[in-house]
Amino acid sequence: MKNFDTPRIKPAAVPPDRPIFESQERQQISLVEGWKDIAIEKLGEIVDSNRAVRVFLDSCVKCGACTDKCHYFLGTGDPLNMPVARQDLIRGIYRRHHTLAGKMFPKFVGALELTEELIEDWSAYYYQCSECRRCSVFCPFGIDTAELTMAGRSILDAIGLKQKYIHTVIGNVHRIGNNLGMVGPAIADTLGSLEEEVAEDTGVDVRFPLDQPNAEVLLVVPSADLYAEPHVDGLIGCAKIFHQAGIHWTMATAASEAANFGLFVGDDAHMADIAERILVTARELGAQKIVIGECGHAWRVASSYWQSILKDRTQYNETIPEPVHICEFTHDLIIGGRVRLDPSVHDDKVITFHDSCNVARGSRMGTQPRDIYRIPRAILKAACGRFVDMAPDTIYESTLCCGGGGGLLTDELIEIRVSGASPRVRALEQVISKHGVTHMAAICAICKSQFRAALPRYGLDTDMIVSLHQIMGDAVVLDQAPT
Amino acid sequence: MNLIFAFILYLATALLVSGLVWKIIRYVRTPVPHMIAVAPVPQTRLGVLARLMRETIFFESLFRASKWTWLFGWTFHYALAVVLLRHLYFVTDPPPFWLVMVFVPSDYAAWLMVMSLAGLLVRRVAVDRIRYISSPSDYAMLLLLLLIGGSGLLLRHSMHVDITAVRDFMLGLLELSPQALPVNLMLYVHIGSVAILAVVFPFSKLVHFPGYYFSPGHNQRYRQSSQP
Repeated sequence: MKNFDTPRIKPAAVPPDRPIFESQERQQISLVEGWKDIAIEKLGEIVDSNRAVRVFLDSCVKCGACTDKCHYFLGTGDPLNMPVARQDLIRGIYRRHHTLAGKMFPKFVGALELTEELIEDWSAYYYQCSECRRCSVFCPFGIDTAELTMAGRSILDAIGLKQKYIHTVIGNVHRIGNNLGMVGPAIADTLGSLEEEVAEDTGVDVRFPLDQPNAEVLLVVPSADLYAEPHVDGLIGCAKIFHQAGIHWTMATAASEAANFGLFVGDDAHMADIAERILVTARELGAQKIVIGECGHAWRVASSYWQSILKDRTQYNETIPEPVHICEFTHDLIIGGRVRLDPSVHDDKVITFHDSCNVARGSRMGTQPRDIYRIPRAILKAACGRFVDMAPDTIYESTLCCGGGGGLLTDELIEIRVSGASPRVRALEQVISKHGVTHMAAICAICKSQFRAALPRYGLDTDMIVSLHQIMGDAVVLDQAPT
Repeated sequence: MNLIFAFILYLATALLVSGLVWKIIRYVRTPVPHMIAVAPVPQTRLGVLARLMRETIFFESLFRASKWTWLFGWTFHYALAVVLLRHLYFVTDPPPFWLVMVFVPSDYAAWLMVMSLAGLLVRRVAVDRIRYISSPSDYAMLLLLLLIGGSGLLLRHSMHVDITAVRDFMLGLLELSPQALPVNLMLYVHIGSVAILAVVFPFSKLVHFPGYYFSPGHNQRYRQSSQP
C-alpha cells in the first residue's frame, strides 16, 4: 500500500526556507512594538471565536497518526513539517498562556516560551504548509492543521509579518479586480485574441463573451486562466463546450477572479470582500448561475464558506446563491446529451487525474458525498478512452497536494515546493511506467502552475500537466455552423 | 487512612466532573464560524452520527493512518472499557444481573490493557517521529495508566484484597458515610493513581473524550444540494 518511503527525521537546513515578508529584510525580521502581548492576545481571540481551534489545541493525544502524512515532511524529513509538530508550535503557546496545566508545569506539558526564535520557526513552518488537510483525513479526531496554520499566519500578520505574495495578491484583487492585476481592457483584448485563435484552429466562431447581461451562466475563473499555460487551454475548452451546448454565458470584468487568498491567511473580512464582488457582479449582470472555473480553493471558498462569511452582510437578507462547479455543469451537459464527445482525438494519450486538495477535501460537488471524486473522472473517461488512477493512498480524500497551494506559489519558496511535490511525482512515475500515462489532468490553477515548475525538476515534461476542460474541450464535436 | 482516601476520592471526583462540565460549556459557547468538515462529508444528521460512531467504535481514521497505533490504541480503549464495567461491582448494590458475564472477559481484558499500553509506550520511544513529538506528560500519562493497570492486576492475582470490604468502602462513599478501607499498600497505589488520573483528565489531552464530539472536522455536514 505504501507508495512512498517515510524518511527518518532530519533537522532542517539553517535557516529553514521562509517566504518574503512585506517590508522585512530576508534574514533579519523585525516585529512590531509589544509583539508578545499582541500575539498572546490574538491567539486568545482566535481560540474564543473558533471552536475548531480550541478543540484541536486541546484534543491532540500525540498518537503520531499524522506524522508521515504531510507531503512536505515526506519530501524533506524535517520534523517540524510533521503536522503535529507544526501544530505544536502554536499549541505550546496556547498551553503556556491559556491553560492551567501549562501555566503550572510548562516544561512537563510541552509548553513553549514566546521568543523571537519561535516566531522565526512560525514564519518558516506556517509557510511550509499548503493547508491541504491531508493530515486531517488520518487524524482520529479530525484535527485540521490548516486551521492552526491559518491561526499562526493571522498572528504573524498582527505582529508585523505579512507574507508578501499573499498580501500583494489580495491587494490586487481589491484595487484592480483580480490576482494578476489585469485591467478591464486587457481582459477584453485577451478574450478577443482567444476568439481569433480558436477560429483559426477549428474554423468555428466560438465566442468569449464579456460583461453580457442576463446570461444563463456567469463563468468565474482564476485569472491565471487568461494567460498561463496550460490554464488558458482549459478556458478555451470551456468556451467550446458552452458554444456547442448553446449556453448563453459570460465572463465579467468585475468578477475576473475566482481565487480567494483571504482563505490562506484565515482573514474572514478579506475573504468576504473578495467573495462579495462575485455575487454583486452576478446580480448586476442578471446572471442566473454562478459557475466557478478550475480553481481548487476558489471552489472550497464558494461551496463551503460563502454561506458563513457573507451571512452578516446586510445586502444578503435574501439567500446567498449556491455556486456551481464547472465540472458539475459540463458533466450535466454530457449526461443530458447536449454535447457529444469524440474520445478518439485523445487516442495518443493515457490520462490520470490529480485530485486537487481543496476540492477533494474541502468541498462538495453533485448530489452524493463522493461525487467530488466521481464527476471529474466521469468527464475524463467520457473524453478520453484511456484513463487510469494513481495509487489508492494518493487519490480521493487521501490525495497529495501539488506542493504549491495555500499561498506558497512564490519563487522564493521553490525549493520547498519541489520537495513537497515529490510524493505526488512518485505516484505519477508509477503510473507512467506501469500504464504509460502521458498526461495528468487537474482542476486547479495553482496545481497547474506548480507542476509546470516542479515536473522538470524530476525529469518529467512540463506539458504532462493539462486542464481537465482542455481534454474535454478538445473532444467536443463542434458543429461547423453555430446551433 | 479511611478519611484521607475518602477525601481524596471526593475531591478527585468533584474536580473531574466540574472540570469536564467547564470544558464542555466552553466548547459549546465557542462559535463555529465555518464549514470545515473533512471530505467526504455526510449530508444528513444520520450520516454525521454514523461517522462519529464509526470513529468511536472502530477508530476508523486511525486504522487508515497506522495499523500498529490502531492495534494498541483500540485494544487499550476497549480493554479499559471492559475492565471499567467490572468495577461497577464496587459501586452498585445489588450489582446488575449481567455483571457476572463480564468477570471472565475482564480478566483477559486487564492483561490486554496493560500489554497494549506497553505497546504504545514502546512505539512512543522507538519511532523517531513519535519520540520527537512527545513531551514528558505524554510518557507520564502512559506510565500512570500502566501503574493503574499493573496495581489492579497485582490486587487481582497475587496480593489478594478483601474486595467485599473495598466494596463496602465505595458504597459507603456513595452514601456519604465512609467505611473502613482494607489496609493494603497496593490498593492505596491503585486508588491513588486513579484519583490522579481523574484530576488530570479535564486539564490534559485526555479531554479528547469528550472533546472529539465537538470537532468540526467530523461533526459537520453539507446540506443536501439544491442543484438538479
